[in-house]
Amino acid sequence: MTIHTDDGLATYNFAYLDEQTKRMIRRAILKGIAIPGYQVPFASREMPMPYGWGTGGVQVTAAVIGPDDVLKVIDQGADDTTNAVSIRNFFAKVAEVETTTDTATASIIQTRHRIPEEKLKEGQILVYQVPIPEPLRFLEPRETETRKMHALSEYGLMHVKLYEDIAKNGHIATTYAYPVKVEGRYVMDPSPTPKFDNPKMHMSDALQLFGAGREKRIYAIPPHTDVVSLDFEDYPFEVQTFVEPCALCAAHGVYLDEVILDDKGGRMFVCSDTDHCEKRREGGHRGHLAGDARETAQ
Amino acid sequence: MTDQPLLCVNGVSKFYGNRIGCQDVGLELWLGEVLAIVGESGSGKTTLLNCISTRLPPTAGTVSYRMRDGQMRDLYRMGEAERRFLMRTDWGFVHQNPADGLRMSVSAGANVGERLMAVGERHYGNIRETAEDWLGRVEIGLDRIDDQPRDFSGGMRQRLQIARNLVTVPRLVFMDEPTGGLDVSVQARLLDLLRGLVNDLGLAVVVVTHDLAVARLLSHRIMVMKDGAVVETGLTDRVLDDPREPYTQLLVSSILQV
Ligand SMILES: Nc1ncnc2c1ncn2[C@@H]1O[C@H](COP(=O)(O)OP(=O)(O)O)[C@@H](O)[C@H]1O
Ligand SMILES: [Mg+2]
Repeated sequence: MTIHTDDGLATYNFAYLDEQTKRMIRRAILKGIAIPGYQVPFASREMPMPYGWGTGGVQVTAAVIGPDDVLKVIDQGADDTTNAVSIRNFFAKVAEVETTTDTATASIIQTRHRIPEEKLKEGQILVYQVPIPEPLRFLEPRETETRKMHALSEYGLMHVKLYEDIAKNGHIATTYAYPVKVEGRYVMDPSPTPKFDNPKMHMSDALQLFGAGREKRIYAIPPHTDVVSLDFEDYPFEVQTFVEPCALCAAHGVYLDEVILDDKGGRMFVCSDTDHCEKRREGGHRGHLAGDARETAQ
Repeated sequence: MTDQPLLCVNGVSKFYGNRIGCQDVGLELWLGEVLAIVGESGSGKTTLLNCISTRLPPTAGTVSYRMRDGQMRDLYRMGEAERRFLMRTDWGFVHQNPADGLRMSVSAGANVGERLMAVGERHYGNIRETAEDWLGRVEIGLDRIDDQPRDFSGGMRQRLQIARNLVTVPRLVFMDEPTGGLDVSVQARLLDLLRGLVNDLGLAVVVVTHDLAVARLLSHRIMVMKDGAVVETGLTDRVLDDPREPYTQLLVSSILQV
């Protein structure tokens, strides 16, 4: 299928990549699904955007998206950042798909940094943009050696990293990219999502796909897969907790971002998942700063 | 002791192209026995040690090892996973340069604890306690447990490397010039420490050294190498006090003159 753009200057294949490339990426994805958590090398292509912008995720999305899909793109939980908007516009243009900010409506959600608060459903695909896919890189820079460690399930080094964390900070201070073991076999880096989201990966009804463009790796967590965060018996894995609820929608048990309100130290904590927050407010939930925030916005 | 040696080396040769690394070497090592491989620089000691310890596949010959279950196994026919597991549980390898055997940017405690974590220890408190115990045994102050070895002196690094290797209580340890890069006074202290640990733990050791004083202090038996081949073997005192081969006599006398 070919997409003709309005300006008439360029014609693209559906979803930008040619069919050959998409097939190659799909094969990598299928292999990833067959071996949960295993990093599959793939021939990453140049995309019309810089690497830091999630070219791995974009290629995965391009390979799985169809004309009937509805796409949502989030960046740090928000639908309206430059990065999220441009990726959404990109696919609206090159695949002419419908886009949305509504988690429940989306059939594909491409994300950087967050998993939506709303529980994902069967049939949905969550595509992660991954900068550094190798969880062992921190302590073992040699690629030949890390591959061997994965092949032989030699993961002692992951605990060395956690040990160092506790020795330095008195607790496991890793809060992002917190390593997990997938289906009891491969240790995987969940990309720079906060560890708050780790439990959502476990036994998810949705398919989770991870694309690292610069590092040319794809990996996957099929639905209903066991995903366990690494820890010690005497320092068990814990997610971040927030004392206050969201200042706008009063939600508890969600991931909050700190927002600076003025230069006098005023600040508030609000949902990082903007869609979730808006829906709650539409449903009548009000945080203690909901009125003020609306005024400042206007 | 059982009726079988711990390690059996048969006809091991290693050629680097046309150059001989070591040639047709055979040896047996028994549980708790310390064997020193001595000889001049370039005589093939390191090559042989690496062949025996599966770090360098030999051109010819076999190396077999008696596993904890009593089975003699050909090390080069063993799967890689099993061999690597053996290397980090039942074996140790002490490099001349501690940086080759340590993780320099990881704390001393984690360096010692790594093997424990590798074999599945998942209790931080236990790992730390064991690391403290081992740091004590190699005379490193407990206040250094969270420091990185890059801040340690050469002697401390070498002692840390030893602790890191011994924490799983291996039965066999390979050492390549363990005192090589150290000052003489530091060497003496390290040798003392090594001797104590080897005795206490009943370790079998293959130690490579060009320093006959090290061989004298540590080993029960000596193997003398020249140009890749073994020229003489025997009990350490016998070989050093009453060398039979002309080459060994030369080696011993030249050392005694120094
Ligand atoms: N990687 C190598 N490539 C080629 N020749 C080597 C290599 N390593 C050692 N040799 C040669 O093999 C011989 C034995 O060296 P080595 O085992 O290092 O001796 P030693 O440890 O007794 O000093 C020497 O002639 C040395 O030059
Ligand atoms: Mg040598």
